[in-house]
Amino acid sequence: MALKQIEGSHGVAEAVALCRPEVICAYPISPQTHIVEGLGEMVKAGDLRAEFINVESEFAAMSVAIGASAAGARTYTATASQGLLFMVEAVYNASGLGLPIVMTVANRAIGAPINIWNDHSDTMSQRDCGWLQLFAETNQEALDLHIQAFKIAEELSLPVMVCMDGFILTHAYERLDVPDQERVDNFLPPFEPRQVLDPVAPLSIGAMVGPEAYTEVRYLAHLKQRRALDLIPRVAAEFKAMFGRDAGGLIRPYRLEGARTAVVALGSVLGTIKDTVDQLRDAGHAIGVLGITSFRPFPLEAVRYALRDVERVIVVEKCFAVGVGGILAINLRLALDGTGQPVRTLVAGLGGRAITMGSLARAFERAMADQLEAMTFLDLDEALVERVLERERLVRRSGPAAEAILREVGTVAAKIA
Amino acid sequence: MFQVRIHGRGGQGVVTGAEMLSIAAFLEGKHAQAFPSFGSERTGAPVVAFCRIDTKEIRLREPIMAPDAIIIQDPTLLHQVDVFQGLKADGYVLINSAKSFTDLGIDEVSVRLRPERQVCVPATEIALKHLGRPLPNAVLLGAFAGLAGEISLPSVVSAIRDKFTGKVAEGNIAAATAACEQVRAQLAACQPVKEPRADQHQEAR
Amino acid sequence: MSYQPVRFYQTGTFTVGNRLLDEHDRTVQAMPVRANSLTSGHRACQGCGEALGARYAIDAAVAATDRQVIAANATGCLEVFSTPYPETSWQIPWIHSLFGNTAAVATGIAAALRVKGREDIRVIAQGGDGGTTDIGFGCLSGMFERNDDVLYICYDNEAYMNTGVQRSSATPPAARTATTLPVGPAPGNVFGQGKYLPAIAMAHGIPYVATATVADLHDLEYKVKKAIGIRGAKYLHIFVPCPLGWGSASHETIKLARLVTQCGLFPVFEAEHGEVTGVAKIRKPIPVEDYLRPQRRYAHLFGKTPATETLARIQALADRNIRHYGLLDDAGARR
Repeated sequence: MALKQIEGSHGVAEAVALCRPEVICAYPISPQTHIVEGLGEMVKAGDLRAEFINVESEFAAMSVAIGASAAGARTYTATASQGLLFMVEAVYNASGLGLPIVMTVANRAIGAPINIWNDHSDTMSQRDCGWLQLFAETNQEALDLHIQAFKIAEELSLPVMVCMDGFILTHAYERLDVPDQERVDNFLPPFEPRQVLDPVAPLSIGAMVGPEAYTEVRYLAHLKQRRALDLIPRVAAEFKAMFGRDAGGLIRPYRLEGARTAVVALGSVLGTIKDTVDQLRDAGHAIGVLGITSFRPFPLEAVRYALRDVERVIVVEKCFAVGVGGILAINLRLALDGTGQPVRTLVAGLGGRAITMGSLARAFERAMADQLEAMTFLDLDEALVERVLERERLVRRSGPAAEAILREVGTVAAKIA
Repeated sequence: MFQVRIHGRGGQGVVTGAEMLSIAAFLEGKHAQAFPSFGSERTGAPVVAFCRIDTKEIRLREPIMAPDAIIIQDPTLLHQVDVFQGLKADGYVLINSAKSFTDLGIDEVSVRLRPERQVCVPATEIALKHLGRPLPNAVLLGAFAGLAGEISLPSVVSAIRDKFTGKVAEGNIAAATAACEQVRAQLAACQPVKEPRADQHQEAR
Repeated sequence: MSYQPVRFYQTGTFTVGNRLLDEHDRTVQAMPVRANSLTSGHRACQGCGEALGARYAIDAAVAATDRQVIAANATGCLEVFSTPYPETSWQIPWIHSLFGNTAAVATGIAAALRVKGREDIRVIAQGGDGGTTDIGFGCLSGMFERNDDVLYICYDNEAYMNTGVQRSSATPPAARTATTLPVGPAPGNVFGQGKYLPAIAMAHGIPYVATATVADLHDLEYKVKKAIGIRGAKYLHIFVPCPLGWGSASHETIKLARLVTQCGLFPVFEAEHGEVTGVAKIRKPIPVEDYLRPQRRYAHLFGKTPATETLARIQALADRNIRHYGLLDDAGARR
């Protein structure tokens, strides 16, 4: 065990290296690049014996990973945002074929408009592709989740996405506890594939499946994800026994005892939410937090049970279903089906907009007074939006919408947040 | 919690400065979180980096809105960006400049602060002298050690060694040490200096 | 008495599996113990050139490597007809991932084998012209550029056949397909478009590039064996007639493959690191019409008012190939 003050990406690189990946492939995209660069340095230094492949696109990255994993190698890659979208065909292929690839997604917004900063729209776009999706709250958890991810993936024969907030986590320097190799080796044995391309026992992988059998194949994939609901907590418990700390699992409640209001969220914003909730608790409010670590599979029963005593739920999410509502909120509503507990959606942090304790506190207070609408965009500049809409009403050739808004916002560099 | 905000321009090592500050705090057994601002990044564009230091785990992830200390690596930002936004009344200000607060035209800021908590240091010139390059980030950390005492000079030296090697490291260490001594001398000359540590960490968590 | 030189033409090259030859001169297909890597029971059309080409190529690879072969296959005719659920015709380890990523999947397999110290197992990537020259182009170029240890085999039937004969960038000028109608004045593909992948492969400077057809089995097997023994990126482009897509008689597949080489439209050659190292000379040059006429996809060029100008342009393409690759020698003899 070693305590280090290092960048989140580098902590992830060290964690992945400890898992002894055999094939690493990636294509550069902000903000994940430091992870694969870190791994590359380790391979070069001889600290990690792996094939490191510089691929020509993210689609190639996932495809190379598919080939390597099918040939029996423990395989890793990383991407974000546009890169994830570019590889989507292969992403579905990997889960459909049951290949235990582990991929870091450094959560980043999706264009257009192009935006390199953090939100959850990228992995949310792939929530139903069949991959497991685990969200890290801190850089320590990001590090720990990768070690757990390989174990979970290989036991299930399903690929796993470890989601960590781009820039906010990837580029933050924090104190990290990096486990030692021996303990990781004890926790994570060598990869034993369920299927492998080998001339000793030839088989065909990836055949066409027609209407007579497709449903059954897909149902088995559904069952596998449900099985993960048992496996994930078990692996988290084994991790705690081996490494001495809590990481992973399905959900993480905070001060929910006696809470009448619960705030639910994914990822690093939970830190800011907990500080806000502490303040509100000090002021006498009965409010608590439920962090969700496993977004896929979504822990419906665990969430329902954890929130059973609260009167209302506020979901803070860095994504939304365009024209419909929240995405995490929809999953929450499914979990709370029939209970009558109202769920309010706070869409915050889109495209990297800072989520401040002040804004959250004000929104939570409104929620606790039952004054929050069903869906709110936190810190939305409504006047700005109205000005742009007015211009569009007056002029047909109103130009690109994003550029119009940027013009209204003015020089960004002069602002702190 | 002690919160530091560093302002500069792209290419001046602002982000590395915040990282080194966090390493210095780490070496003293504290928790520290350093992260860059998320604006357009290119050489010459205004850049902000943040560093939080605490004795316990830091959960907060928002940009630093109410800093305890502000370090300004590039004084040309003074009238372009609201660099002092949110600064606490008993906060520290460290500016990379050979001029005084008055000459920089920011007297209205200076009068709000404690006299022993504000200082200008010609970090770029010191860097040129010891390092041969106009990179003031490590130098300013040495100055900061002298100004605020939140982190010690030896920790700054170790942090520099963590980031740099060989001549570059030695040059930065020499420059940082010189800047620290200069700040201490300046503060001693202006007013009896209260022991900084006694006044800090006032707000309850 | 004067002696006239007599030319003996070896009928073994026209007849698959000539068992009259000595064993060591026979093709792999002529061996009673051939691997049959693509075994019977697949669902290919009658006369399918690709089924033939794939069996020839993979059997040769298996023979050359003592069965140490893994293949990645693109989506397409070969993949579809060889693996109708729940059966497979493949007797080698085989994976089908997607349409456009076959070269990358093969790269991944090769990397896994390398890290496990099993570089004795050779990796083949295979696909049709659509999966190779169009949608698979990016991954193919990446594999070439990195010089990954993969033999890529393209079975070129000059269109997207499995989806109903749509034009690909390998579709030759004037050939009729389902999607060339709205582009250009004639029903066939326009002149001036298209990619010639063998030259593009050569431009990457990879260790070995070769073209071949199903008409010359010895040549094809020789090239596969040679390629699979080379470390690094290799590309083999095999001309495979498609009776259904071309509107040709199913028993004329091999004949058409021979005709295309003899008229010069499909040069048969080898290249190493971007330089041509050998060509198969045309034995007896024929006009392009002899090759085009038996195919209904070119029927609009013939009939009561033949498209003489188009035919001349096609002939010019053939003539250019003959010149460029040196496909004829003075004596008209084979290399």
